[in-house]
Amino acid sequence: MRLTYLQRLEAESIEIIREVVAETEKPVMLCSVGKDSSVMLHLARKAFYPAAPPFPLMHIDTTWKFQEMYAMRDRMATESGMDLIVHLNPEAIEKGINPFTHGSAVHTQVWKTQGLTQALEKYGFDAAFGGARRDEEKSRAKERVFSFRSAQHRWDPKNQRPELWHLFNTRKHKGESIRVFPLSNWTELDVWHYIYLEKIPIVPLYLSRERPVVERDGTLIMVDDERMPLLPGETPMMKKVRFRTLGCYPLTGAIESNAETLAEVIAEMMMARTSEREGRVIDRDALQSMEQKKQEGYF
Amino acid sequence: MSVPRQDAQRPDLAALDAAIRHNVGKTLLRFNTCGSVDDGKSTLIGRLLYESKALFDDQLAALAADSKRVGTRPGELDFALLLDGLSAEREQGITIDVAYRFFSTERRNFIVADTPGHEQYTRNMVTGASTADLSVILVDARKGVLTQTRRHSFLVWLLGIRHVVLVVNKMDLVDYAQEVFTKIKADCDKLAVEIGLPKMTCIPVSAVKGDNIVQRSAAMPWYEGPTLMGLLDAIEIADRGVQEQPLRMPIQWVNRPNQDFRGFAGTIVAGRLRKGDSVRVLPSGRVSRVARIVTFDGDLAEAVAGQAITITVDDEIDISRGDLIVAASNPAEIADQFEATIVWMNEAPLLRGRSYLMKIGTRTATATVSPLKYKINVNTLEHLAAKTFELNDIGVANLQIDRPIAFDPYEVNRDTGAFILIDRLTNDTVGAGMLHFALRRASNVQWQALDVNKAARSASKGQKARVLWYTGLSGAGKSTIANLVDKRLHSMGRHTYLLDGDNVRHGLNKDLGFTDTDRVENIRRIAEVARLMVDAGLIVSTAFISPFREERQMARALLGDGEFIEIFIDTPLVVAEERDPKGLYKKARRGDLKNFTGIDSPYDAPENPELRIDTTVLTPDDAADTIVAYLHSLGVLDRG
Repeated sequence: MRLTYLQRLEAESIEIIREVVAETEKPVMLCSVGKDSSVMLHLARKAFYPAAPPFPLMHIDTTWKFQEMYAMRDRMATESGMDLIVHLNPEAIEKGINPFTHGSAVHTQVWKTQGLTQALEKYGFDAAFGGARRDEEKSRAKERVFSFRSAQHRWDPKNQRPELWHLFNTRKHKGESIRVFPLSNWTELDVWHYIYLEKIPIVPLYLSRERPVVERDGTLIMVDDERMPLLPGETPMMKKVRFRTLGCYPLTGAIESNAETLAEVIAEMMMARTSEREGRVIDRDALQSMEQKKQEGYF
Repeated sequence: MSVPRQDAQRPDLAALDAAIRHNVGKTLLRFNTCGSVDDGKSTLIGRLLYESKALFDDQLAALAADSKRVGTRPGELDFALLLDGLSAEREQGITIDVAYRFFSTERRNFIVADTPGHEQYTRNMVTGASTADLSVILVDARKGVLTQTRRHSFLVWLLGIRHVVLVVNKMDLVDYAQEVFTKIKADCDKLAVEIGLPKMTCIPVSAVKGDNIVQRSAAMPWYEGPTLMGLLDAIEIADRGVQEQPLRMPIQWVNRPNQDFRGFAGTIVAGRLRKGDSVRVLPSGRVSRVARIVTFDGDLAEAVAGQAITITVDDEIDISRGDLIVAASNPAEIADQFEATIVWMNEAPLLRGRSYLMKIGTRTATATVSPLKYKINVNTLEHLAAKTFELNDIGVANLQIDRPIAFDPYEVNRDTGAFILIDRLTNDTVGAGMLHFALRRASNVQWQALDVNKAARSASKGQKARVLWYTGLSGAGKSTIANLVDKRLHSMGRHTYLLDGDNVRHGLNKDLGFTDTDRVENIRRIAEVARLMVDAGLIVSTAFISPFREERQMARALLGDGEFIEIFIDTPLVVAEERDPKGLYKKARRGDLKNFTGIDSPYDAPENPELRIDTTVLTPDDAADTIVAYLHSLGVLDRG
């Protein structure tokens, strides 16, 4: 019996997830409610079936996600039988941090980067699963599957442990934590193929529909709720759009598309000429921005 | 990639489904690339990504901009820039770590581990090769087969890769001359024979120009073999080979959600497993039958190597993480002593006699490396005598493990024969290894269960057996204080023994000097002797500098809970040097005495000793009183 590449990737990810549960004290699975989170959760359920995954799901919320993402998040927790932790950075709530007044960099830094480190400390998690993939971005290509963070949550790219065979060294010093990326070897297309094959539920925003959007700096932004301030002369227009990646709605660009089904999305993907991160406003902040964010503790 | 044409109104969903089903049926090939700086490795991979349409428009635009800004080839795309991910590397213009890349063809998906070919980065290459099915080795057509080509070929052979492609790059710079290629190919064939690789396929290419990467080169009509992409796409890597081997499945996790279900989760690394099969659990050797193969998608009748599954068995036998499930009729070997090849990956050298954590499969044990047989000069393949293994050294040594483990030789199975070594203090992965064979079977080393045990011997002496482990700088007062304590205990009718430099260095350890390696061995032997004496029921004092925390840790680990009492004779270096009872510090300062602790060899002060004696405050007599009082408080001197 010849295993397909998806079967090999699936088995590798399941092995990684089990290893973390066997060797760490208090793991958690981060859930950004995107397609990668959906796949990662599906793999975790496979890894521990018939039991539910023996760790909670945690959403580092910003209050600015799409409404449909919140609905999916709650559904994911219910269906998997896992506890859901939602963390909101109290400092960000107090200061009312938002992408419009504070800009995307501050918004991401305070809600997501600070929020994540706060939550990990608050609950004492020593290992956190993330859905990052090596094909996403150059600096991720060299990321380990088990990525160690100092007690200050910093990533030191110069001092990473070699990972040989399937033998993961999970030992850590007091205060250190591990970010684990079970989807390291998956590509965007692999993820979509797997979702299709396994019929994994995803947020409907990935499929094209008429949605109210405004165009800003060449990016289509969906008006997902009434908090979105419209600029003078700006009126939302209905366009048939979908999203390749999902984040905070004011920071996530939509693309015009006719792909109403998963199969059509994949067909478009296979002909796509731009990478998925192009739709993310935060990555354009500066050259090397991802690497800098990682060193500061962003995922 | 063929995608059915899309009609905005009526997409042909059946055709789309068929196309997707075709794609998900592809197989996976993992390969690594090795070459020296400037052989054009990054350019080659960049070219493969480009030609397989793995790059998006925005990535190409960024590449074009980067090429203009920092590229090394004016006016052309510099594919190498796609791969140099981290900013520091970009500035240096070299890759310094392992990077993973992805592309696909009609038949296959590929994962490439890009590993640099620097001399000092053997470690990265071994890492990249450890998961590869195939290796691509680059040579520069102008330079031919070099020392580093021999090194790369040897390393991929060592890691068990039997499919090797030698890419002769930069053919454009030798005018695509056939005789250049023919000469290199002949050298390459000789090299394959020398190393023991079955066969290397040689392909002449120009990564910069794209010759023989995907398109056949018009400039090299004399070449009749496959293009690189053609070869990668077509080569047969038999994963069926491993499926035909006897069953091996390391248990990763015992899944017990409730009283009614007890499943054993793991990935099959060799062979196949059917419902009803008779399996053996190692190392215990118990046999049972597979009741169910449980998966999220329903029970399976059969599972094969490469699949991550959960099984249940018929009997209530004890199976835990670290055990190896094997075919009952064809089990793996069990042993606690091995010969192995070790690749050293850490700045701190391997010390003979020091114990490391060893992770093999899902089991973690403690391993001591000793003796080192030889190291291998990877350029000449010569065997050299070795006292230690340093960063990027590759050598052969014996390993002793603290418990019997199940294994297969690495050349039979990568997953049951590979291990990593972990430093207990820094937690770094310091070495990687491949098991050759067992030096003796563990079944021969049953410990004699003695009827008269330690407790009985101690009780008959009216005491509890302990080691008083004195540590501190030379001249700190260890021997003086240990002697006083020993005399007091003796006068109280207790049975004691004092191990110190006089009775150990001159006898048992007279073959050892003062290098780090010898110091480790010195302490190991002392710890073992102390353990035997504790077994005999004695209160043993050891008075040695014992400068390294790890060896003291090792001694502690040899003994039972509470039996090891670390006493730190805390005397600052200036005070010890001023006392200098034997004139050793003076000698060391003059340079007449090498490796002297505190001068040119480190002393790791204990972090949590049971007792700390500050000799700037306490006289030796006071110190002895303190120690005896402490032993009383622990009940060590209680009779009966």
